Amino acid sequence: MGRWLAFTPLLVFAVMAIYFGMGLREDPGAIPSQLIDEPLPAFDLPPVAGAEAGLSNSDLAGHVSLVNVFGSWCPPCAIEHPMLMQIARSQIVPIYGVDWRDTPEAGAAWLERHGNPYTAVGLDPESHLAIDLGITGAPESFLVDASGRVRYRHVGIITQQDWDETLLPLIRELEAS
Amino acid sequence: MIAELGQAALILAFVVALLQAVLGFAGVAVRDPVFHGFARAGAMAQFVLIASAFACLTALFVVSDFSVLVVAQNSHTLKPFLYKLSGVWGNHEGSMLLWALILTGYTGALALLGQHVAPRLITLTFSVQSLITAAFLAFLIFTSNPFARLFPVPLDGADLNPLLQDPGLASHPPMLYAGYVGFSITFSFAVAALIEGRVDARWARIVRPWALTAWTFLTVGIALGASWAYYELGWGGWWAWDPVENASLMPWLAGTAFIHSLRVMEKRDTLKAWTILLALLTFSLSLAGTFLVRSGIITSVHAFAVDPERGVFILGILILVIGGSLVLYGLRAGHLKPTGVFAEVSRESTLLVNNLFLAAACALVFFGTFYPLFITTVSDETISIGAPFYHATFIPMMAVLFLLVPVSGMLAWKRGKLGPIAKKLAPAFIAALVAGLIALWIAEREVVAGAIGSALAVWVGLGVLLDLKSRVKLFEVDLAASWARAKRLPAGIWGMIVAHFGLAVLIFAVTGVSAWKDEASAFLMPGQAFELDGYSIELVDVVRSDRENFVSQAGTLAISRDGRELGHMVAERRFYPVREMATTESAIRTRLDGDLYVTIGEGVEGRGWAVHAYIYPLAVWLWIGSALLTLGGLLALGDRGRRALTSRDLAKRKPGEKTGAETP
Repeated sequence: MGRWLAFTPLLVFAVMAIYFGMGLREDPGAIPSQLIDEPLPAFDLPPVAGAEAGLSNSDLAGHVSLVNVFGSWCPPCAIEHPMLMQIARSQIVPIYGVDWRDTPEAGAAWLERHGNPYTAVGLDPESHLAIDLGITGAPESFLVDASGRVRYRHVGIITQQDWDETLLPLIRELEAS
Repeated sequence: MIAELGQAALILAFVVALLQAVLGFAGVAVRDPVFHGFARAGAMAQFVLIASAFACLTALFVVSDFSVLVVAQNSHTLKPFLYKLSGVWGNHEGSMLLWALILTGYTGALALLGQHVAPRLITLTFSVQSLITAAFLAFLIFTSNPFARLFPVPLDGADLNPLLQDPGLASHPPMLYAGYVGFSITFSFAVAALIEGRVDARWARIVRPWALTAWTFLTVGIALGASWAYYELGWGGWWAWDPVENASLMPWLAGTAFIHSLRVMEKRDTLKAWTILLALLTFSLSLAGTFLVRSGIITSVHAFAVDPERGVFILGILILVIGGSLVLYGLRAGHLKPTGVFAEVSRESTLLVNNLFLAAACALVFFGTFYPLFITTVSDETISIGAPFYHATFIPMMAVLFLLVPVSGMLAWKRGKLGPIAKKLAPAFIAALVAGLIALWIAEREVVAGAIGSALAVWVGLGVLLDLKSRVKLFEVDLAASWARAKRLPAGIWGMIVAHFGLAVLIFAVTGVSAWKDEASAFLMPGQAFELDGYSIELVDVVRSDRENFVSQAGTLAISRDGRELGHMVAERRFYPVREMATTESAIRTRLDGDLYVTIGEGVEGRGWAVHAYIYPLAVWLWIGSALLTLGGLLALGDRGRRALTSRDLAKRKPGEKTGAETP
């Protein structure tokens, strides 16, 4: 018995190595969130330069919405942007933008340059909402249902595949219920 | 040209490391002393080659050679010189080269300082060390080549991430790596001991300075990381149970257990298999820490480099190093027979309990860090584990461990008595109760946690001082005699006392910062003010200016408390045009009883500037406590008793005892 006891650490490591290996094949975008099925934290964000209104919880009430965290300083956001424009054109779901760690001018200039897919944009320069949402980096997106509860978190760029296989079916499902 | 030289040095180092590993093992197998000489020379050669490669990369950064990919991606001609230097390791490839530099640095240091170690043991140790080096260099050369060229050559670079342009962070990775990698030496010694199939007090003496060095660096590294987060992230978060922070905490916990059990092994020749296991685990956790940050299997705010391909390679290294050593452990641990026995009440037993608690705490952090990954792989569900989990599990476990600290230091080896110790520690117990009650009385928030924290801090702090008092017989003999006794105390004991006192300071600081913090924020126009805990914070003006590589927006704030003027503070926001990124430079007013921490946000038309103020009670003691821990480690390192036992010492010790010490 004592002889075999010495192999326990190896056994534990072997099990872990298998999970590490499996974890490597997982999509790093699928990160958990403590917010799933919880109401979105209360927020009232100021607008970007030149816009009338910012973004608050009341904008999201009564319909399914996609909340997208971006920033003019974030290169992956520019890569994701055409996909958001395409979603906006399809008019399937309104997209709300959280302009994270940005200035009102830079945010407005960025939207001017790349086009504005957002129904409304709020500025979060001090990461107040970002911290409440547990943002790990931009871009990040949340599907919020009609009652204001977070239903899905997507970390990183939304690709066509993410949209077709995950987000769109989920939106249909949320709208049906 | 410089890049090609660096590349060549890197490849040569890889070849030397591989050769040395093979020849070393072969040499021990055929028992030919010729190989021992090669081991030492090979170790030095590896270091010189990697140092040259590192110098080449540094030169490329200094001259801003943008034909090299990492330089183009992470530097800029306008960047201050210091950050051109720190830019060398502010990116994946460079930081891995730094890792390799420190690894071979330790190997080289062992070649210089390990003259007294038995040739067979040290040759085996060098071989294991070289094997790790070879694996790591292969990773560097094949998946993360720092000298890769870029074509066409850009006119200027993309600049270093502005969050990383901070003196604290410039020194954070080297310190942390010096800690992580330092444990490679103790790991290699442990594997060598397992190959030999025996280990003894002499082994513990040889290994202990290396373990203490690594532990001290790791402590500094973690403290620097925490202070960087506190000062630079703009909201005073010094610890967030982020996976990357956990990655450095785990080897620290295991390493702390290791230096304690090493002491038992050195003094009493027992807990052998356990100590060896800790040596293996500590470095394994350090490697897993690197794996965590570099592979992207666990995402976090710190993950600057995410690349699954590299992850596969690192997993291979982990399996080779950790898996290999644990197989060996399984085969050989049964042969490591202890000679010392001890009673239930003895210093050994308290240190064993300390070890079990630290190991369990380490396992908890491990669980908290990896359980989400586990859940995602076995089901579609995804969860995350945050601070509440650690508050409910890790903190209470540590609290129980802290109760033991003063007791352990006072107990005798082999067999101790609790009665006299209870009498000696009674004042600390009473003072702790009083401190807890006072905290209950005055605290406005988190009353219970604050009271327990304060009581524990006083218990440990005063308990340690009482231990010192009884060691020097203060007030029992005259002061001069006490002074003489204090001077005669071994440096190791001083190290223990200072480090444990630092621990008490840390407990107090953590209690203050986390239980009693407060915050408030408001939009202010110049001339307007808001209140926080008796402080009044008034925005005087906001000035924009162009600096070397950023645009600054500096807000001057007038601070007063209960009507009394306390002067001005300047909170700054910096915008880095090259990366289009902004950072916050908080205004911090540090006093011994706590920090007032103010940040300023971007101005909003018609509403003014967002000003956020925080009170962090006792924050400065976080750094003082960490400094005391570090000093404790350094003092223990200076213990002259740490030198290896000579054969004469061994002869004196116990005639006929099997020591396992080699005679050349």
